Amino acid sequence: MYREQIVYALKGHEADYIEIRLEESEASGIQYRGRELEDLTQSTSLGGNARALVKGGWGFISFNDLSNLGDKVGLAVKQARLVGKDVSRFAPMAPIVDFVEAVVEKDPSSLPLAEKKRLLDEYNEVIWSTPKIETSMVGYSDRCRRVIFANSEGSYIEQKNSDLSLRIVAVARDGGDVQQAGLSVGSRGDFTQIEGLHQEVREIAQLAVELLAAPQVKGGEYCVVLDPVLAGVFAHEAFGHLSEADFTYENERMREIMVLGRRFGGEHLNIVDDATIPGLRGSYKYDDEGVPAAKTYLIKEGVLVGRLHSRETAATMKEPTTGNARAVSYRYPPIVRMTNTFIEPQGVSFEEIIGEIKEGIYVRNWYGGMTGIEMFTFSAGEAHMIRQGKLAELLRPVVLTGNIFTTLGNIDAIGNDLEMNQGGGCGKAGQYPLPVSNGSPHIRIQRCLVGGK
Amino acid sequence: MEEILSLAKKSAQEAEVFLTSFEETPVIFEANRLKQLHARQGILVALRIVREGRIGFSTTTRLDDSVSLVNRAIEVCQFGTPARFELPHQLTYPQVEIYDPGIEALTIEQMIDLGESLIAKVREHTPALLCEARITKGIVSVHILNSRGGEASYRRSFFGIGLEGNLIRDTDMLFVGDSDSSCHPIGDIAKVAGSVVNQLELAKRQASVSSGHLPVIFTPRGVASAFIAPLALAFNGRVVWQGASPLGGKRETKVFDERLSLWDDATVTYHPRSRPCDDEGVPSQSTPLIEHGVVKDFLYDLQTAGLAGVQSTGSGDRGGGGLPAPSISNLIFQTGAVSFGDMVADLKEGLVVEQLMGAEQTNVLGGEFSGNVLLGYKVEKGEIVGRVKDTVVSGNIYQVLSKLIEIGREARWVEGAIFTPDFCCSNLTIASKS
Repeated sequence: MYREQIVYALKGHEADYIEIRLEESEASGIQYRGRELEDLTQSTSLGGNARALVKGGWGFISFNDLSNLGDKVGLAVKQARLVGKDVSRFAPMAPIVDFVEAVVEKDPSSLPLAEKKRLLDEYNEVIWSTPKIETSMVGYSDRCRRVIFANSEGSYIEQKNSDLSLRIVAVARDGGDVQQAGLSVGSRGDFTQIEGLHQEVREIAQLAVELLAAPQVKGGEYCVVLDPVLAGVFAHEAFGHLSEADFTYENERMREIMVLGRRFGGEHLNIVDDATIPGLRGSYKYDDEGVPAAKTYLIKEGVLVGRLHSRETAATMKEPTTGNARAVSYRYPPIVRMTNTFIEPQGVSFEEIIGEIKEGIYVRNWYGGMTGIEMFTFSAGEAHMIRQGKLAELLRPVVLTGNIFTTLGNIDAIGNDLEMNQGGGCGKAGQYPLPVSNGSPHIRIQRCLVGGK
Repeated sequence: MEEILSLAKKSAQEAEVFLTSFEETPVIFEANRLKQLHARQGILVALRIVREGRIGFSTTTRLDDSVSLVNRAIEVCQFGTPARFELPHQLTYPQVEIYDPGIEALTIEQMIDLGESLIAKVREHTPALLCEARITKGIVSVHILNSRGGEASYRRSFFGIGLEGNLIRDTDMLFVGDSDSSCHPIGDIAKVAGSVVNQLELAKRQASVSSGHLPVIFTPRGVASAFIAPLALAFNGRVVWQGASPLGGKRETKVFDERLSLWDDATVTYHPRSRPCDDEGVPSQSTPLIEHGVVKDFLYDLQTAGLAGVQSTGSGDRGGGGLPAPSISNLIFQTGAVSFGDMVADLKEGLVVEQLMGAEQTNVLGGEFSGNVLLGYKVEKGEIVGRVKDTVVSGNIYQVLSKLIEIGREARWVEGAIFTPDFCCSNLTIASKS
């Protein structure tokens, strides 16, 4: 529908590179606070952007009004001209023309609102039927979008996909003491993946109540065992962000630290980012620069072997493109992001992992995670003491922290039970929430710093 | 807008159209050099209706989409929550100055110069520092029209400068940074540059701390990273009404230190979060939240106020474009009596926390915070002796803010929304690498 205008608008400008991205989307959101429906929204959006590269400088224009595309491209070029004083480094790419439509079992855009709401009502009822629960929060959102990408090199790609996410929180209260437990799930547009979670929802409701009586752990260094969900967050925060080349490519000191071949962990440690796995939240065929998605080993047998690139960072560092330039919407330019990031499984069983621990902490599920590149945090939604190789009493949730130069090397056991976690979303440079997934088997970390009382 | 409103009125008892548009021009520096110029323009139209007593809502970014916008709102109504409010009639609004035409007159070249001089100033102190900087100007317009004759509109200008620098020596990484914002153009880089240079100076040396309990001075940025998320939730009228706030039922009760006073004020002149009315057209006001340690009020939008049987405090915020919900505007803490220097001088042993990373990713609803000291310093015998790393500081605001050692005399704005002094808090839990 817009192809002719786009192709026309890209012509006749003097720039090293130009692209146009248009996005049309439909979204719905349902939110409960307690039994009260707090928000029920159906929205549509249409917008686009033009980005130009001249002598290493970028111009970027975003808009909702799609008229006069050529003028907008002209403005982006003018801006880039004002910035660029060097040379453009941009990895070469053969033009691609493709039309991609993801097929899922149960697309949320074709489901009536009543059906989505019915499922959330059921989950909410499960929480409310749990004794001693004070209240609940349920937030659901889905978005179906069609993205058209075209550049001055002759690529024209249309991709259609949808994404959905669900977060459920149960709150228990005893006077001024408020405790919560949550569950986050999501999928690449397949509603069936968030159905049938009644048992999991019941468990978080019970957990919230049990947390009221749980003690807080004493802060300090512990041997910790991470479940696949939290270990996935760990992989994302501890090494995923560090592997995004945009922090490294113009930073000489970082390039020395992140030199390929440097050892970060034991021989059992493999960390991968892979957008080509079908049906995960971070999966796609082409990134937002039109580069085909790839499977990229970040760490292989404990050694740094690769990193995530945009076309600019790949060219500057003289490394192959990986198709990791992503934008959360048309309002932003693509930046280097993760897709589906995980630690590969090894052969150790969960029983073996905890069996050797005299005193430690088993941490499950997540509240979140943050990175400051060298140091990072990952917080658990649930924690248990481990005593003499057995799971012991429930603890209040804990925040764990690590340092990139020591923590990966302190992983001394990697399990055999890889699971991918599809909840939540990633934030970087104001672009949030970007659909990603991450995963891992159970892992054990020695001398991990844990906040506490 | 009138067209949407009249179309909506045909099938609804009440209707409200909210239209916002923005223009934003960030100038972005990476690796000490100018790297990107952006120009972002956008628009959002939101329609809220009440039909047979139930709320319907839809949004679009398309101006040619009126019929579908109304139809989607009507579809939502059948499941919608019962409305507990009446939209405001024509009201008078406080005079809140938030627009400076000087923003429009400001050229890109002037913004580039400002960014370059900011980076140069900081690197004069530490030449090896690698900086990212962002100079942004923007204008936001809001127009609200409802079926009861209520109408409000305003335009706000915005200017922001921010810098983040990293200094890497072998395997030691230091991240410093600060920002400032206003509705006026900011021509003076001294405040941001001075703060960053101060961080570089204090972090020159390294220090260690052992696990245990110590007093901690939270600087204004430290306050923003540790206390604000739990406070914003606790004073949110909807969280209170829902029963999830530890402050529920504590109105007029002393919960905090008697020196602690806090209010929310959307009428602060020339401030980027100020406005004459909220996103539902309710006049802005100053709302006391804590007075001398006593819980005074919570923040309400129309619907929540209706549920709770109180008046809206003009705190309806559409955040990401959804239905209005209570939210903070500008949070302002009462300043205390002691200077930062004296606070440090009085500490035998303790920490100064500038930034606590990940502190909000725990049970904030229960008042807890726990995070890695991304930037913070050790105090020994009344002096800052160096930067601490690999250290976690944890606490609960209902304990920490109930018995303070001191509140600082000087206060500043952080993140454009919080005006706070330094807080010296007793007995925080420290966990550190041995």
